[in-house]
Amino acid sequence: MTGDTSALQLVLTGDPGLYAIVWLSLLVSLSAVACAAVIGVPLGALIALTRFPGREAIIVVLNALMGLPPVVAGLAIYLLLSRSGPLGSWGLLFTPAAMIIAQTVLVTPIIAALTRQTVEDLWLEYRDELAALDVGPIGRIATLIWDARFSLVTALLAGFGRAAAEVGAIMVVGGNINNFTRTMTTSIALETSKGDLPLAIGLGIILIMIIVMINALAWTARRAGERYAG
Amino acid sequence: MIIFTDATVAAGKVTILDQVSVAFAAGPPTVLIGPNGAGKTTMLRAAMGLVKLNSGAISCLSSARRAIVFQRPVMLRRSAAANIDYALARGEARTQRIEELLNLVGLAGFGDRPARRLSGGEQQRLALARALARDPAILFLDEPSASLDPASTKAIEDIIRAVSARGVKVVLSTHDLGQAKRLAGDVVLLHRGRVIEHAPASEFFAEPKTDQALRFMAGELLV
Repeated sequence: MTGDTSALQLVLTGDPGLYAIVWLSLLVSLSAVACAAVIGVPLGALIALTRFPGREAIIVVLNALMGLPPVVAGLAIYLLLSRSGPLGSWGLLFTPAAMIIAQTVLVTPIIAALTRQTVEDLWLEYRDELAALDVGPIGRIATLIWDARFSLVTALLAGFGRAAAEVGAIMVVGGNINNFTRTMTTSIALETSKGDLPLAIGLGIILIMIIVMINALAWTARRAGERYAG
Repeated sequence: MIIFTDATVAAGKVTILDQVSVAFAAGPPTVLIGPNGAGKTTMLRAAMGLVKLNSGAISCLSSARRAIVFQRPVMLRRSAAANIDYALARGEARTQRIEELLNLVGLAGFGDRPARRLSGGEQQRLALARALARDPAILFLDEPSASLDPASTKAIEDIIRAVSARGVKVVLSTHDLGQAKRLAGDVVLLHRGRVIEHAPASEFFAEPKTDQALRFMAGELLV
């Protein structure tokens, strides 16, 4: 990609550099959302259904972490993965894997906090019925997650929105290396700093279109599922 | 089958069940009647083990499996058949049993419908089928036909008779004296958390022994 080329031209001409950036952006953000969902959904459900000392404090911290500044998350992961850090021997710094880890850290609290709220609300409705059916703790969590699945799509979309839009964390741990760790957002930041505003704006529009498309797909799937399951 | 001995339930300073002693024996349905707040629902929930007693005891044959249908049953967000499947024990011939239960409650052909899209009466019948999927020896029904139209009420009552005829002990609460007359083998009149009268239905309706029972049947408000 060159500075004076418009983003539209790049899209129309099928520029391999642009598609690599779009692909990497999606790969990193969707992988992070998937990892965060695997951690955050059961964690949120567990907090919703259990009572233990310090639970309220954990909920407050979890809610607060939804606003975790990306550069702070990036810095923390950087320190962990840097050569002298505890996980430095893994050699992940400035790789897409490090970017996925950083975004997972950012997205997990969002998914866990929203899941906690959703499952807790549903639990109030289901509590007596599940108790009467003698459903054990694991069964309750599984049932509530399954029955809240359409609402939880919103939590996943919120997480994806956070991942797809952030630049600070992946810039710190990914390094914005051309053809390796450069994503849509880091490209926009770079092109803006270079003064190539048309390209930066064009990339921004493409990014927004992708986010809208993924949300539309998720919404359609949710509506279809609701129609079937009630 | 279930024996309440001085069972007391309180919420704060309010006593909901006040030293209730009563036994539900095997046989035709037992009907709990009484005004709002008499303690009918709490009694059923306590018998299910869903409410802790403050004092007293409830004993039940350990092998007697219990099930309950709440006044407003919650349908799981899945199909009618999946709602029944959820309550079935592992290893049962599931498809056949689901069909059988749907037939029993008059919902044959409704298996694939989303449970939450069914009408109130259909949901109540599905809740009955789901409770029966647990193969209970005792079935508690909390106001099973409250706010249902006469046709739906008749459908529910027919199912109750069919279930009772199969040997399941049914204990149900109702406001509807007509329903109590139609279904009850014995009647328990509750008022302010106390058992006012417990007698075979024929005796209770022909010769009530207490002033409260007379007034309740005359349509007077018990306050």
